[in-house]
Amino acid sequence: MFEWIGISPQALFGQLLLGLINGSFYALLSLGLAVIFGMLNIINFAHGALYMMGAFCAYFLLNAFGLGYWWALVLAPLIIGVFGMVIERTLLQWIARLDPLYSLLMTFGLCLVIQGVFQNYFGSSGLPYAIPRELSGGQNLGFMFLPNYRAWVIVFSLVVCLATWFMIERTRLGARLRAATENPTLVRAFGIDVPRMITLTYGFGVALAALAGVLSAPINQVRPTMGADFIIVVFAVVVIGGMGSIMGSIVTGFLLGVVEGMTKVFYPEASNTVIFVIMALVLLVKPAGLFGRTA
Amino acid sequence: MSAARQVKGIAARPVQDEMIGFAVMVLLLVVVKITGLVYPYFIMQALCFALFACAFNLLVGYVGLLSFGHAMFLGIAGYVSAHLAKVGTISIGPARLGWTIDFGPWPPEWAILTGAVSAGVLGLVVGLLAIRRQGIYFAMITLALAQMIYFFCVEAPFTHGEDGIQSVPQGRLFGLFDLSNVTVLYTFVAVVFLLAFLMIYRTINSPFGEILTAIRENEARAVSLGYNVDDYKLAAFVISATLAGLAGALKAIVAQNASLTDVHWSMSGDVILMTLVGGLGTIFGPVVGAVIVVAMQQYLAAFGQWVTVIQGVIFVVCVLAFRRGIIGEIAHALKRSL
Repeated sequence: MFEWIGISPQALFGQLLLGLINGSFYALLSLGLAVIFGMLNIINFAHGALYMMGAFCAYFLLNAFGLGYWWALVLAPLIIGVFGMVIERTLLQWIARLDPLYSLLMTFGLCLVIQGVFQNYFGSSGLPYAIPRELSGGQNLGFMFLPNYRAWVIVFSLVVCLATWFMIERTRLGARLRAATENPTLVRAFGIDVPRMITLTYGFGVALAALAGVLSAPINQVRPTMGADFIIVVFAVVVIGGMGSIMGSIVTGFLLGVVEGMTKVFYPEASNTVIFVIMALVLLVKPAGLFGRTA
Repeated sequence: MSAARQVKGIAARPVQDEMIGFAVMVLLLVVVKITGLVYPYFIMQALCFALFACAFNLLVGYVGLLSFGHAMFLGIAGYVSAHLAKVGTISIGPARLGWTIDFGPWPPEWAILTGAVSAGVLGLVVGLLAIRRQGIYFAMITLALAQMIYFFCVEAPFTHGEDGIQSVPQGRLFGLFDLSNVTVLYTFVAVVFLLAFLMIYRTINSPFGEILTAIRENEARAVSLGYNVDDYKLAAFVISATLAGLAGALKAIVAQNASLTDVHWSMSGDVILMTLVGGLGTIFGPVVGAVIVVAMQQYLAAFGQWVTVIQGVIFVVCVLAFRRGIIGEIAHALKRSL
């Protein structure tokens, strides 16, 4: 069926799968960035470092406490999320009224601190993290081999993303959240504790990053530098999608993962840069981003 | 208010403090060289970074545009001038199919100039894209485009990937001055730095610079006054990119190499740190900040990755409690503009 383009179906579907995996991480990370941006009006530069911390947290839970993958999937986002809330309370809240560029600089500083500390203790080499027993092996679909763990990552990320969308767009809590984004002063006048909501939102966004970190640990190994270059691509994804809509972040994330995977099949030389090129094109045609509101 | 009165107002601004500051800077450069207190290569490196930070500050301090990708201009100019000074070939078209013109090694002045101009051209392209968004989006776009340039430098044949371009000849300036002589090289770097510094100073204090400041203070108002804000932003971006390129080209000749370090995002972070520590939107701040950061990297090199941690802590502390920077605090205390 695919012979006419000279590409084997194994390679094509293999890269499609990898693209969807990367897309899951893009979606989870850009979703977290969008949630944080909506509430705090800042871009969290430390997001990549916190994603890395999520993976390391899973590694420590296993090697220090003997708590396996399933525990890590619950505990790591909680622990890193609390860590994020501490950052918000101790540092970010003091600069909330300043130009958002200052919070970009501060979170960049935090990113350097976190990454530097981990690099001191673990160097740059990767630490292995085994795929959980329940998800090892795979299915032979005839045209390709589908490892169970990879299928799990895609399905689980999709579920988490859609649950987040449902919570923000369709529940009472989400309605308050959106109202507080629009007009914090008025929402406070109704007796809702907006500063606490801000802290929890930051913690939630960070928890999403940590969750992505746990999911990627068995695939990409656990490395101190795993978040640094990755987050720059996520920034490009955010620029392409625009941060106005939750669903927009999810769709753009998965879509660009697939585009990147397909580029690896058809024109491998450009696979590192294709997302940046798309960003440039989107800026030319629709500067606000595909799903962005004019800002 | 008439335009004439506005221009007169600008001219009447006291510039004495800045002149004293400039004289102190020239004096220090001379004294340090004569007494030999500090290793001259350290000063030359610091001057290159100081020029880089001044160029960056022109954009963030006076137009309010935070570029998170200025390393691409420093790096690409470094590669271009190192390549021209060492090999001197220009290839057009795809590998093996296009034409290659071999000029032989270029004299340093042309290598540096071409390096700076190529950074300016890159600045024009990047600027056209990036100024379509503002604030944090602008920062993210410049960062992403710089990462793209980084990948280009990893793959392009003339940059030699991980190895970089090594042992670049310093050559004879205008065919007369031998730049491999330390004193000659030092004088050349110092003169180029001082001239570029004066050029930035002049730009900031020109009617053009006043409009840039107006855009920073209130963009909507500048638009309503009839200024084409995008044109001014683009012009400032290209000037900043060209001067950052000049710094990179100069650095390539001084250090005799060009490598991936100069295009990496951590270099963009370094220049932000220099400007932030010295004082955003001050004339002398970036110079002071550059000297401090370069000295810190030099003397703390033994601590490895802890330098990154220290830099991160400085970022956090500066943003929390020290937003004016060193020169900004001094200027504030003395109620002067520095």
